[in-house]
Amino acid sequence: MTKRWLIALGLLVSVASWQARAELVIEITGGSEAALPIAIVPFGGEGVAPEELSQVIRNDLASSGRFAPLPKQDLISQPHEQAEVNFADWRLLRSEGLLVGKVSSVDGQTYDVQFQLFDVYKAQQLVGKRYQVPASGMRRLAHQIADQVYQALTGEIGVFATRLAFVTVINNADGSKRFALQVSDADGANPRTVLQSKEPIMSPNWSPDGERISYVSFENGKTEVFVQEMSSGRRDSVAAFKGINSAPSWSPDGKKLALTLSKGGNPEIYVLELASGNLSRVTHNSQSIDTEAVWLPNSNELLFTSDRGGRPQIYKVSVDGGTASRITFEGNYNSSPDVSPDGRYLAMVHGISGKYYIAVQDLASGAVQVLTETGRDESPSFAPNSRMILYATERNGKGVLAAVSVDGRIQQRLGEAGIDVREPAWSPIRK
Amino acid sequence: MKVIKLLTVSLILIGLSGCSSLGSSKKDTDAMQNGDVSIEDRNADSSGLEGGKAYGSDMNGGEKQVIVGEGGYSDAQFNDPSSPLSHRIVYFDYDSSTVRPQDLPILEAHAAYLSAHPNATVRVEGHTDDRGSREYNLALGERRALAIRQILMLQGAGINQFQVTSYGEERLAAEGYDESVWSQNRRVELTYLGR
Repeated sequence: MTKRWLIALGLLVSVASWQARAELVIEITGGSEAALPIAIVPFGGEGVAPEELSQVIRNDLASSGRFAPLPKQDLISQPHEQAEVNFADWRLLRSEGLLVGKVSSVDGQTYDVQFQLFDVYKAQQLVGKRYQVPASGMRRLAHQIADQVYQALTGEIGVFATRLAFVTVINNADGSKRFALQVSDADGANPRTVLQSKEPIMSPNWSPDGERISYVSFENGKTEVFVQEMSSGRRDSVAAFKGINSAPSWSPDGKKLALTLSKGGNPEIYVLELASGNLSRVTHNSQSIDTEAVWLPNSNELLFTSDRGGRPQIYKVSVDGGTASRITFEGNYNSSPDVSPDGRYLAMVHGISGKYYIAVQDLASGAVQVLTETGRDESPSFAPNSRMILYATERNGKGVLAAVSVDGRIQQRLGEAGIDVREPAWSPIRK
Repeated sequence: MKVIKLLTVSLILIGLSGCSSLGSSKKDTDAMQNGDVSIEDRNADSSGLEGGKAYGSDMNGGEKQVIVGEGGYSDAQFNDPSSPLSHRIVYFDYDSSTVRPQDLPILEAHAAYLSAHPNATVRVEGHTDDRGSREYNLALGERRALAIRQILMLQGAGINQFQVTSYGEERLAAEGYDESVWSQNRRVELTYLGR
């Protein structure tokens, strides 16, 4: 490995940003009992804009399982600003929150958008903002407004304006396959292909700033780790050693990647410093599989999967190496660790009698809760607010994505007809 | 005669696997790293298959020249269903990289061929079923491929004759949700790149 990364000329791979055929659609399959009633009034003049802002916001809040938006036909009146609001009406409907707003075209290309969120019982404005956005930014703005509503009413950070990365697989008529790395909005809308290949793509992982994705590609006949810049499509091969090059995971400062390399004859955890290309080896257990390292938020420790005890379990080790300590003890198969951004929880694949579920372990108490049911669940990835866990499962023989809240009470499915979807990774919050 | 030789080697191998759990995960790497031991073993094994020297070596003009010596294997046997060389897939138990005794004759045949054809190279591709972690399975597939390579090297193949790759669960041979499907996926495929 040279100091500068090699620019890969992926002949079998085309980097592109064309639209995928179908969108993922979020479907709530189990909701919280405590969903908060909220009135979302269609924004005044929103018909002039390319996106129906209030509908996107409504879908976001409903899909979270935390909100119960009032049906449109139940809305008593259609206020668009505070002067038009009669709070007594909304109290009758038992709505706790009220969102109003309006949209106007500035010059046909740019839109003026304002919104106000009210606490109905206190008759108080909680948030009020005004924006000027281009047509192309309307959908993102809707997600950002939904995030502000979510945060104002739940006290937690909203993640509607984030993105998802995932791998799709299409079976061609001639028996070959087409693999694609795709990125969509957090609601599954607006999917775009950022990498396409005839060979498998694995393990996408977002940089902490959301600007880059690392992943594993087989495009050259064996595993190789790439880093791809989202805005430009520029991609660099950062690990193409003999043997396995896989399981990339960004350090919290975005300067390093933890990797699994078997160049020494056995899969071990390494840390690659991206700017210098310096590689340091973390594990030294030549008898076991050590893989799937993820960073703890303290930047000093990694969790990883190892079968050094006979079966795969999760271990913790200092980034500088040293002795690893086992942290999972329930069940004889625990793998694919992901740590919640707040550092409280470990999500993992938990095997019971040959079936595999998503489970979460409280890192402080060690308590384990199994969150899913199908027995074919894998690749857990925390939302950046640590509330939800995105994962891959199967339905009707196809890979699909699903999400479950850390307490197991809210369950969502993201379905895309006819295409295998797998290996989801939830992006960080966009700055 | 040939059958007896194969049986003998099989028994030796089974004996080995009994005492040192040959092909199991824990010992794989020890043997891999202990190059001297495997070279000695290799010489011992290849001398037991002397017929290897009688193979035809090169091919001209795309025509395969076949010379068969006693106890040896010809190129034609790669396609002869009754020849162990026609079998180029070895299957494994769940989460295991231990070669099953019934597959050892297949590996002996490939080892003998590789030993007699030092210029032949083979791609050893490890695969797993599609349950559990993809990354763990990628490593498990490599472990299986290395277990096969180790057995072939112990019987006379040279380390430079191998290209070891793992696809983990990324290239399934069959799709479905029961053991009959999973068992088809837990495999190592041998693909000759040059014979």
